[in-house]
Amino acid sequence: MYLTREEESILNGEKGEVYEKVFRLLVRLGDIYGADKMIQVGSVQVAGVSYKSIGDPGRDFLEDFAEKGAKVKVLTFLNPAGMDMENWKELGFPEDFAGNQIRIMNAFKKMGIVVTATCTPYLAGNLPRFGEHIAWSESSAVSFSNSVIGARTNREGGPSALAAALCGVTPNYGLHLNENRKPNIVINVGAELKCNSDFGALGYHVGKLVKNKIPYFKGIKDANTDNLKALGAAMAASGAVALYHAENLTPEAKIMETKGLENIDVTSKEIKETYEKLNTGKDIDIVILGCPHASLREIATVAEKLRGKKLSKPLWICTSKAMKETATIMGYTDIIEKAGGKIVCDTCMVVSPIEKMGYKTTGVNSGKAANYLPGFCKQKVVFNNIDELIKGVM
Amino acid sequence: MKGRMISLGTAEGEAIVSKEPIGFYGGIDAKTGIVIEKGHELEGKCVKDKILVFPRGKGSTVGSYVIYGLKMNGVAPKAIINKETETIVATGVILAGIPCIDKIDIENIKTGDKLKVEADKGIVEKLK
Repeated sequence: MYLTREEESILNGEKGEVYEKVFRLLVRLGDIYGADKMIQVGSVQVAGVSYKSIGDPGRDFLEDFAEKGAKVKVLTFLNPAGMDMENWKELGFPEDFAGNQIRIMNAFKKMGIVVTATCTPYLAGNLPRFGEHIAWSESSAVSFSNSVIGARTNREGGPSALAAALCGVTPNYGLHLNENRKPNIVINVGAELKCNSDFGALGYHVGKLVKNKIPYFKGIKDANTDNLKALGAAMAASGAVALYHAENLTPEAKIMETKGLENIDVTSKEIKETYEKLNTGKDIDIVILGCPHASLREIATVAEKLRGKKLSKPLWICTSKAMKETATIMGYTDIIEKAGGKIVCDTCMVVSPIEKMGYKTTGVNSGKAANYLPGFCKQKVVFNNIDELIKGVM
Repeated sequence: MKGRMISLGTAEGEAIVSKEPIGFYGGIDAKTGIVIEKGHELEGKCVKDKILVFPRGKGSTVGSYVIYGLKMNGVAPKAIINKETETIVATGVILAGIPCIDKIDIENIKTGDKLKVEADKGIVEKLK
């Protein structure tokens, strides 16, 4: 790989031990994947934040780096943490877990990272432009930024994203290059998609089919950014789709050639079967919405449905701090709380220890959550649209 | 044997060889260095101060932090030799500062062999 003189000097340890290490990491990853050079990144999103995921080794590593004076060079956000950083006590998160999570967040903050912990950084103040090179981690955020925005990122691991943030560069390979962004399979959607859970079911089904390919969707009549967020998240979870194109909906679709590619049809039959497959539970202990983190529009929709009602079971809407602030100003938080629900920030059901909080069956409208909850949180799942979920806990 | 340097350093020690890939997260206990993955061919063995030889890493990316944890807890292998180092192991050994070489024909190495690893030159040598 070509390195500038300045980059060589970092490798020789002239900027100290931490930068030597993280830059060496970027160079090695570049070598493994055949990168020709480093490219500057506009922003970073770092995963590996929840104490549940990274444990003591991750905590110690981050504290060591922060202690040695590591500082990020570009706008850097975090993936969700293991708990609501403000209201963890009230929500019932365990005390020892909280102590470790707080240490992790303090280490990140010391490195200059914005401790807004969200899988939707693009809704919370970290918005890349079309064509911009970035180094993001969280799989749904990677999918959204690549596909819906047209920014360019590989799916980074926690440490490689942190290395990119500290050095301001990433190795030039994979989805940073034009030739690797072309679709290699066409999905003809014959089903009518009405809500986020329909898009989630489509995503789950297609992700299983195409694994790490780049699908090109035809026949999706309309979709807002919430729908596309749900679609991409589910595909990245059930498969490893980091980029998709959708005719008339995503920015690079019109420049992509689909002639000669394998075609797969998805009809309402497959969508229905996916719903059946994802439903493993019956009696809901808790409804958790906001996977990926809810947009303001999604919060407003739920608030409208809960106005003046009383829930019999807990309901969480996971979101970023930025969205909650606005929801509070608009009175949505108040409506949701009066009904017995909660807006939960900085975390999500997948990375929080809900299995230790007495919940056994979770109701979700997210294909991604339905994919992960049985394994990561030992939950049975009720997968449905918001109306049906709310009806079930009224 | 000549391979590719992944992480700098030199080491001498006894080889412990796994024909199966190793997943560090949930696979090796960061506090003791003992392989804990059920049914793994190295289950119950300790990697501390050994030259750990395996084809490649597998599993969760959090494995990188476990490799780092092994080093911090003083139970890390002295060096790692792979057929193909993927990103989880590459990330872990570089952060931890464990010498590592890949693109080595690991079939030629047996558990108990005395090895000298010179990662900077990409060389693995069998000692008599």
